[in-house]
Amino acid sequence: MRYIDPHIHMVSRTTDDYQRMAQSGCVAVTEPAFWAGFDRSSAQGFFDYFRQLTEYEPRRAALFGIRHFTWLCINPKEADDPAFAREVVSIIPEFLKCDTVLGIGEIGLNKNTRNELIILEEQIALAERYNQLVLVHTPHLEDKRKGTRLIMDALSASNIDPGKILIDHVEEHTVAEVLDRGFWAGMTLYPDTKMTPQRATDVIEMYGSERIWMNSAGDWGCSDPLAVPKARLEMTRRGHSMALVDKVTFDNPLSFLSQSPRFHL
Amino acid sequence: MTQVNATCPMTREQVVNQYFLEHRAKLLDIAAFLDRLDRTQGPGSADFRETAMKEAVRILIDGQPQRAKRVLDILSDSTTELPQSAHGMKGASGAVRPVAASTGGAK
Ligand SMILES: [Zn+2]
Repeated sequence: MRYIDPHIHMVSRTTDDYQRMAQSGCVAVTEPAFWAGFDRSSAQGFFDYFRQLTEYEPRRAALFGIRHFTWLCINPKEADDPAFAREVVSIIPEFLKCDTVLGIGEIGLNKNTRNELIILEEQIALAERYNQLVLVHTPHLEDKRKGTRLIMDALSASNIDPGKILIDHVEEHTVAEVLDRGFWAGMTLYPDTKMTPQRATDVIEMYGSERIWMNSAGDWGCSDPLAVPKARLEMTRRGHSMALVDKVTFDNPLSFLSQSPRFHL
Repeated sequence: MTQVNATCPMTREQVVNQYFLEHRAKLLDIAAFLDRLDRTQGPGSADFRETAMKEAVRILIDGQPQRAKRVLDILSDSTTELPQSAHGMKGASGAVRPVAASTGGAK
């Protein structure tokens, strides 16, 4: 078996995690730029982070036969100061030339503020200008439904094909709108704030397996880098076909990500 | 577009056999959490999260479909205003905080 974990923050994981993921069938990961658990004090901090994502992590993953790709942006949590955010956004274009960068992400909203929305719109424009795929973070908990709608409205106001945009961290109250509006949907298997493998499997049963994937979003918080193989097991335990299991954990991410000429296995 | 009928490949008996113990344990966790609230020391009235949870629990036994979605809807912000900045705002708490509330709050 082989699978792709299309959203995982490997900078926060140990090398042992790469090894266990490879042993579990992981052949590729994509890592969006995100909040590191603390606010960086300067744009230079992001420059170093982008170097880590584009230079160091691909080499560490390759030790275990895993391909590592990345997405770049300023995350919504650190985008509340527009002047600072613009300084960070200005260094992204030079990194878009790197051959493992798939697009802009994970952009989105955190507390659904006007400042976050301004920077979201500017990064959507950046993705449009450079013809990039987009990976979207939606807010957690009580802010998710409102934030997801605001984000979809901002995306729909651009000229980016919704088929080139994946909206992540969907749950039962947002998945239908995301799919109905033509976007791809990501389900994040995360112990406290998002989905269990059981609920993710329920969503696939109810909403189908088109334009949807699963990821672990493994990061510095309580999270599980083996969440995707655990969801595969949950699906097979229920009697779903291997073809369906492979579709949502391998074929679908492959289809979406292959819209970038940079993605290959 | 939501298909709710006959979308799980298992029989009712198989689902109960496979998941009952797991969810029995989660049910007991909720029961013990509510008991723990009753056993707390000092003053304090139900905060918005407790109230929201009790409202959500009613959905579990109303016999209607889409329970997970409806529970999430109860726990979702329905306002349309956008604050300018997140500066000074509390982190997400998992339920909708009343506008005037100034105490409590998870990180
Ligand atoms: Zn993430």
